[in-house]
Amino acid sequence: MTRFAEVRAAPPTPPASPAVGSPVGPAAAGPAEEPRVGWAYVAPALSIILLVGLFPLAWTVWESLHRHDLRMPWLDRPFVGVANYAAILADARFWGALGHTAFFAVTSIALELVLGLFLALALNERFRGRGLVRAAVLVPWAIPTVVAALLWRFMFESQTGIANAVLVGAGVLDQPVVWFVRTATAWVPVILADVWKTTPFVALLLLAGLQNIDRSLYEAAATDGASAWWQLRHITLPLLAPAILVVLIFRTLDAFRVFDLIYVLTGGGPGTSTEPIAVYAFNALLQNLEFGYGAALSVVIFLVTFALALLYIKGFGATVGGGR
Amino acid sequence: MAAGWQRWLAGAALALLVALMAFPFYWAFVASLTPEAVLFREPSLWPTHVIVDHYRALFDERDFWIPIRNSIVVAGTTTLLCVVVGSLAAYALARLQFRGKTAILSFILAVTMFPQISIVSPLYLLLRALRLIDTYPGLILPYLTFAMPLAVWLLVGFFRQLPFDLEEAALVDGASRWQSFTRVILPVSVPGLATTAILTFIYCWNEFLFALSFTLGPERQTVPVAIALFRGQYQVPWGQILAAAVVATVPVAVMVLIFQRRIVQGLTAGAVKG
Repeated sequence: MTRFAEVRAAPPTPPASPAVGSPVGPAAAGPAEEPRVGWAYVAPALSIILLVGLFPLAWTVWESLHRHDLRMPWLDRPFVGVANYAAILADARFWGALGHTAFFAVTSIALELVLGLFLALALNERFRGRGLVRAAVLVPWAIPTVVAALLWRFMFESQTGIANAVLVGAGVLDQPVVWFVRTATAWVPVILADVWKTTPFVALLLLAGLQNIDRSLYEAAATDGASAWWQLRHITLPLLAPAILVVLIFRTLDAFRVFDLIYVLTGGGPGTSTEPIAVYAFNALLQNLEFGYGAALSVVIFLVTFALALLYIKGFGATVGGGR
Repeated sequence: MAAGWQRWLAGAALALLVALMAFPFYWAFVASLTPEAVLFREPSLWPTHVIVDHYRALFDERDFWIPIRNSIVVAGTTTLLCVVVGSLAAYALARLQFRGKTAILSFILAVTMFPQISIVSPLYLLLRALRLIDTYPGLILPYLTFAMPLAVWLLVGFFRQLPFDLEEAALVDGASRWQSFTRVILPVSVPGLATTAILTFIYCWNEFLFALSFTLGPERQTVPVAIALFRGQYQVPWGQILAAAVVATVPVAVMVLIFQRRIVQGLTAGAVKG
């Protein structure tokens, strides 16, 4: 129960909030001067974040209520109310993009969770070269997403590329596939590249969760003759639920704003059939220079990710809490 | 002994997984040494005709030093600003008692989750009005939106781990909070500051959307943008692209291998605890 309570508190407030972390006592300096000093120290960083983060967000909302086309400056910038949002609701390309984003998120996160759990369980065991393995799997996470996208694009690029050579050689394919001309096959390198790049991150978060599980639980289960599978199902997974929730939140928010990977790998193509919402918004803004409409799309992306975060915290929290 | 062969199987699966994760790098490296004409003709797992022409072309013809310089300047300046300004704020948030502190922390965490695309349009209009498009400040300012909250968040985690009696002696002796921060806390926080700097630098080095949106040409493009926009006269210059990919990967890979323990600690510190 307490665990679950902490998870709930985790995303909005820091895990070790002051109430938990410090027993109020050792605030040595005069408590009267602390608010003044505290705010003074926080002020520079906070004003930077407000100025370059929050203020532009408010501006985006304001912009989204206008018709603002940089290609037609003579039209000026008339206020149009929610017309841009109404247009989005009727925009097939938007709904398509939302669908692609959701498909991308669900597929890649499911694979990353399974592989990441396996990797985390393996890294939780002691073996020779564990440090090296942990460092090696971290490299894909640390490189620029653009580079990851290009590496995978290259492997799937031509009919004589390595992906075709391996798959035909292994008998999986009868003949080479031109991956990027059909929607179904274009998704393959996209999903693989994301799984390749992000599984290490997932594994590390899960590993941190695993390391918090009391070892004596396994020893007790083992003495009672419980199988490894039983231990996984009844000890590891339930106690790992908080870490899994954190992974789900981080990864979902990330997947819903996916841009670099798909922009470089497929460019949203063929046509717009793999285009995610962030790429659509980018094109509306900086290709078509429709700033009002693009801003409205950006606001929708913000709202979708925000709603998802809330949904996870509320929904997942309730089921885990109710189950105990 | 069932456990024996299960362990062996798990080990083999892990080795296979690591090999699969390393393969794209290996393949890009091999290809970066292969002549363009052979590249797609006969994929071979070993380099058959080793040349360094792609690397030479990368630095001589394309002047890849320019994006490298740009990335170092932009990521370096942003990191420096974030660690200096961020550590002050993080100190207050981690170790002082004042109202509104929890709200500020929640707000900062929320900002780290903002989708970047949702502020591209106003930032573009703002930078255009200030004539900062295609300049270093025009990238550093937007980078602060994600780097500053990240740095503060990480630093709060590190400062919190320091025992509270550490400062007590100094404060009892009449040191101000400022003295306590600069003379007691900062000196013992070097590892935490370094980890924060490394992670912030990596995030800035890898950033793509802002760099793509707020630069116009090769003079101010960062490494990811330069690589993504490589074009040949007739076809995609894969040899050079992969050589550039290798060049962009090596510094990050070296950093990860050296600092992996710290990076893992920093990545998981804020996320999972309890």
